[in-house]
Amino acid sequence: MNLDQLIIILATAIASATPIVFAVIGETISERAGVINLSAEGTILFAAMAGFAVAHLSDSLWLGFAAAAIAGILIALIVAFGAITLRQSQIAIGFVLALLFTDLSSFIGNPFVRIPGPTVPAFPIPILKDIPILGRLLFDSDLLVYLSYALIVATWFFFYRTSAGLTMRAIGEQPNAAFARGANVIRLRYLYVLIGGALMGIAGAAFSLDFKAGWSYRHTGGYGWIALAIVIFGGWNPLRAALGAYFFGILQSLASVAQDQFPGVPTQVLTVLPFVLMILVLVLTSANWLDRLLAFLPSDTRRSVLRTLRAAPPAALGQPFVQD
Amino acid sequence: MTATTRTDMRAPASPLVWRISAIVISILLLGLIILVSGESPLAVIDAMIGGAFGTPDKIGRVVNTLTVLLLCSAGLVFTFNAGLYNLGIEGQITFGAIAATLALRLFGAVLPGPIAIALCIIFGAIGGMLWGLLAGVLKVHGRISEIFAGLGLNFVAQALAIYLIFGPWKRAGVASTSGTEPFNDTLWLGAFGTTEATPVGVALALIATIATIVIVRRTHYGLRLRAVGRNPRASFVLGIPASRQMLSAFALCGILAGVGGALQVSGNFHRLIPTISGSLGYLGLLVVMLVNFDPLWVLPVAFFFSALNVGSLQLPLVLEKVDSSLSGVIQGMLVLAALIGRGFAEINVKQ
Repeated sequence: MNLDQLIIILATAIASATPIVFAVIGETISERAGVINLSAEGTILFAAMAGFAVAHLSDSLWLGFAAAAIAGILIALIVAFGAITLRQSQIAIGFVLALLFTDLSSFIGNPFVRIPGPTVPAFPIPILKDIPILGRLLFDSDLLVYLSYALIVATWFFFYRTSAGLTMRAIGEQPNAAFARGANVIRLRYLYVLIGGALMGIAGAAFSLDFKAGWSYRHTGGYGWIALAIVIFGGWNPLRAALGAYFFGILQSLASVAQDQFPGVPTQVLTVLPFVLMILVLVLTSANWLDRLLAFLPSDTRRSVLRTLRAAPPAALGQPFVQD
Repeated sequence: MTATTRTDMRAPASPLVWRISAIVISILLLGLIILVSGESPLAVIDAMIGGAFGTPDKIGRVVNTLTVLLLCSAGLVFTFNAGLYNLGIEGQITFGAIAATLALRLFGAVLPGPIAIALCIIFGAIGGMLWGLLAGVLKVHGRISEIFAGLGLNFVAQALAIYLIFGPWKRAGVASTSGTEPFNDTLWLGAFGTTEATPVGVALALIATIATIVIVRRTHYGLRLRAVGRNPRASFVLGIPASRQMLSAFALCGILAGVGGALQVSGNFHRLIPTISGSLGYLGLLVVMLVNFDPLWVLPVAFFFSALNVGSLQLPLVLEKVDSSLSGVIQGMLVLAALIGRGFAEINVKQ
């Protein structure tokens, strides 16, 4: 494999990870505010269908993406209402929605199976694309891909460099303390769950209108669960979650290359890697085994290594907030 | 990740009005969705009843679906009552099915058919139990949410099945998604007449359901299980070891799901296929959520859901605008309505 081929493989991997990037950023926002949106699988499928159907009928990509985002918001609204207002189990509500909207996407999307529709056009950025290697790796794609770069940076900045981001993390960690300091926990949780839902909806349309253009039965099947795994793998940090998505994209690209070398192993076997990695990350971080593993390092190095690898979930994740 | 709420496992709240109105609204919504798709709801109901009960063959298929669904639901009653969301049940069915296939491959040619089939079911139970305990050990000793560990293990089990089907256990000639080479018919579980329904499967499912009702509602073990489910910390203080109760619930659920997997292999498909679980584990989760974890109501709801599954299969053949995914839409809508209705009832009791 020469450098040219490698660049092509990596560039495809980075671009095709774009829908997953939108999904993991959306889920990370929702979970950092304290609400697991377990409906990701159903949301992405349904939004992919809705986005494709609307774009096909109206012949407008913008309306397609808008429809997908609205679909994501509406499903997130059910999650938020059930989990925040009715204080039902987030797992139960999200799981039922994941199954329900998977089937609804097949049922309602039936007339739209395997018909042509609009797709996002390529848009190389004039000067940046001529940078050696990096240009072809990052800036020879389309607007949706560039938007995802901006989203990653903006989300990271919002999380760790703004006071609204601090409040968002607080309502996921210590909702009572945040409430005592004047944060409207319930309204803010609604807000972030809906924003997360909109991003997951856009992830669906990013599949059906761009990277897996078209619609068919269970078109994006499995990607929602993978997104949930990558959020954990990413330790609830938008930057690491995005890196996890790219890592997954590269794995998939390499898997299709490896297919030629090992024809006996189907690619489906490799798609399970994110889940294995997720479990490993959980094992390492949940039981303090990481501390023991790194015990041989000098203490100051150990502390900084631990900080980079830390992946503790938000303390109030999954718990309803009862306002006194 | 241990933070998934315990409070949601509380006893059912009273006002029936909320729950009934939620169900009624969901049925109206379903009617609307069918109308929008361009068919009359009555024609759809008629086609589904015909699809589920029209011929002895179809009834046999409903019974077969029901046996596996009952086994899974019965198992999930244990985990739900211990306060656990065992989303890993799909993997427990799949790993059970893999172990069951292994048994038939090992003993099918050397032992008499009935003994090989018995070993197949036992292997299925052990396989399911091991996969359930894996999630259980991660939960109890690794403090990893059973939800994400279970989901992850589902995909691992499925990938293992695909690997076996395409690799070591591949069909003579070319490997394909249609599964392994079908077993010799001496290794098929005996059926009622010409249908697919198997007496052994029905007996196992009914025994599991009745035993679950008795154990959860009438025994000391069931009481301790529910105590752990309601409040693990308090029961620990009272001398009930939460970890042992949780592990036993995972093991029991895994055994029942694994037996379901063995029935899929020896009674239903007569081979290992990539989608061997048929998503019946996920459907079992819906059944048990709909009955609010009470085993008494599992049988009627599981029967209704099985009839929906089988009845919807031929919808696209009879009514060309309606897809077979309608069964999942109906099941999901009813459970969502039940959850929302329960939520309204509880909120109104508190205020």
